[in-house]
Amino acid sequence: MSAVDDARGVLERVFAPDAVKVFAMFAGIWLLFYWFGNQLGYTDPFILALVRRVTFLSAVYALAVLALNIQWGYAGLFNIGVAGFMAVGAYGTAMLSGSPGGSPPGLGLPLPLGVLGGVLAATVIGLVAALPALRLKADYLAIVTVAISEIIRITFNSPAFANVTGGASGFDNLPTNPVRTLLLTEPGSIISDPTPLGQPIFSLATEYGIQRLTVVNTVYTVGTLVVLLGVYLLLERIGRSPFGRVLKAIREDEVATRSLGKDTQNFKVRAFGLGCGLMGLAGILWYAMGPRASIVPVNFRPELTFYIFIALIIGGSGSNTGSILGGALFASLLFEAPPRIAAIIGDRFDVAADPANLVEALAPVVEGDLMPLAGFLLNNIDTLRFIGMGVLLILLVQRRPEGLLGARKETASAVSLADDTRPGTAPERPTAAADGGGDGDE
Amino acid sequence: MSERSDGPADANLPDDVDAPDTEDLEPEADDSAVEEAAKRVPRGVPLKVEGLRKEFGGITAVDGATFSVEEASLTGLIGPNGAGKSTTFNCITGVHEPTAGTVQFRGEDITGERPHAIANRGLVRTFQIARELDEMTVLENLMLAPGHQRGESITRSVLPGLRGDVVRQESELREDAWETLEFFEIDHLAGEYAGNLSGGQRKLLELARALMTDPEMMLLDEAFAGVNPTLEEKLLDRIHDLREQEDLTFLLVEHDMDLIMENCEHVIVMHQGRVLDEGTPEEIKANEDVVEAYLGGEV
Repeated sequence: MSAVDDARGVLERVFAPDAVKVFAMFAGIWLLFYWFGNQLGYTDPFILALVRRVTFLSAVYALAVLALNIQWGYAGLFNIGVAGFMAVGAYGTAMLSGSPGGSPPGLGLPLPLGVLGGVLAATVIGLVAALPALRLKADYLAIVTVAISEIIRITFNSPAFANVTGGASGFDNLPTNPVRTLLLTEPGSIISDPTPLGQPIFSLATEYGIQRLTVVNTVYTVGTLVVLLGVYLLLERIGRSPFGRVLKAIREDEVATRSLGKDTQNFKVRAFGLGCGLMGLAGILWYAMGPRASIVPVNFRPELTFYIFIALIIGGSGSNTGSILGGALFASLLFEAPPRIAAIIGDRFDVAADPANLVEALAPVVEGDLMPLAGFLLNNIDTLRFIGMGVLLILLVQRRPEGLLGARKETASAVSLADDTRPGTAPERPTAAADGGGDGDE
Repeated sequence: MSERSDGPADANLPDDVDAPDTEDLEPEADDSAVEEAAKRVPRGVPLKVEGLRKEFGGITAVDGATFSVEEASLTGLIGPNGAGKSTTFNCITGVHEPTAGTVQFRGEDITGERPHAIANRGLVRTFQIARELDEMTVLENLMLAPGHQRGESITRSVLPGLRGDVVRQESELREDAWETLEFFEIDHLAGEYAGNLSGGQRKLLELARALMTDPEMMLLDEAFAGVNPTLEEKLLDRIHDLREQEDLTFLLVEHDMDLIMENCEHVIVMHQGRVLDEGTPEEIKANEDVVEAYLGGEV
């Protein structure tokens, strides 16, 4: 018994730092998908592509969840228009940085300007939506944001603006993937000569039989992870500051916060704008370029918003680390894993039965023939995972509404608020001072 | 208590030189405090309410209330249920916009200003039901309160060159917060989540938090409701201390007539939305209308 407790204590200590938690989770996801690839008989380059794919989806989900966390987790702002703000970011960047000769034509601005423009556009649209709605009660903000998000999608979808937005077929004229620009002399052609930077990378990849496209996508995915880390550190800093403290106070009790002289309206607007800008960034990295680049209005349906909410609830609303865990677990285990598992089962057990509907699947069960049911379930795994998500959400809300890490209460302060920071508790003071000073640049 | 030792002058002094604040706050008998305050020369009238009126639909909750509160005084606002005390409070602090009438603070018209703006002028309130921020620790609750913190700007909190400033101000605030906690004798609870405090401790915390905004005047809405006698004594002592030492002005809304009569040097009685009488506790006690209002006209 005590041995178990000891082991548990050791494990808890090892997993206490957030970096360890996140790294352990990614390592777990990678191992799992490596195993999937192995079971499906993939070659190593294919397994790399599979792992890369899962990692990318995890990273962009995590990014969007982080953005939602600053609004919902910190300030309690119920934004159900996440997809709309992601669309504004992606379309904005594409319109600014798409080539002027393409169709629909872009402005041909350099990509960094395009990205900045997309983020700003999402921020501005967020503020325009929020300013009137934030004056009202929380429910109205929810209604306004979901409406705005649909207005945005339907506008992009509308044939009336098709010459600017591409209408229902989407904005085809995407900006050049920055990784291609970095690694290839002719970014438009994957077989063109590599740049001096691309040379060693491509030749190393060739040794392992990895295709150029996989290399480009892998580098892009690593870049996305770097951006994710940057956004995480940014939000952690904001969370541990007087600004984050006021947001937390607003979530707890807005009237009390106001009575202490805080212009809560102003704080909410700024938090909302920041969150919308980051959603725009997530939309850009996800849809405007990179391995999943495709700007079509159907990408930005309200489902996307709900996926991101589910991911935030899984991870624990209010915790930045939890947001990353939730986003990555949602994308990998709930989204990418079920089809692989179905494929493995299909391979192993040779489920050939293919009933057309549930009745044909269930009827033979009475006669003891489970194959039609198994075949039906496997064929409909894409649909069934939504049932799975629903069940998971209900279980979470009932059993663990605080999610994985939401129960952890982080103090919002730029300095330590531990007991040993009391002035006059002499021996500890130098430590406290160093702790406070180390964070800043004094 | 809100003086901050800023500037590099004391940087090379050892940390502990100024540390122990041995000067004990001597507990004074309530009566002598009242007498002393009564002798004091009035120095001004920070709060003036004139013809205040508030209607909710067809109901008139406050009907032309006029009164003023003297500087560094402990003024009580009493009245039976439904007299309009809380509505008056809410009109003063910006929670409600008055239908008519004016509220002046330090000679400036603050009628209809938003609650945070009024709080930033130094007119801070507490609530009848203590509104703690449950998921924040006691110390965090206190750190929230001071106005215009540098780190309330996103860019300052984030940019490496500017964050040092934020951190410096935070450690100053932390010192103030500890000092305030010690003053209210709840320093042992610093790391506790506000949600875990008892009712009385919450009241102390609420007062401490309001004090951290560095106010000039405090409006206390039933600060003593549901507080045990020992803690009530403690709260009152702190209020008297603050009034004496910091010249803070207090306006208390209270149900407990005895408490007001024993502690306040000026009492305002409201009845049916109007000011029925005001004066010293003795004058109020002598007024038969007041007695009648309280006992519902049965006497």
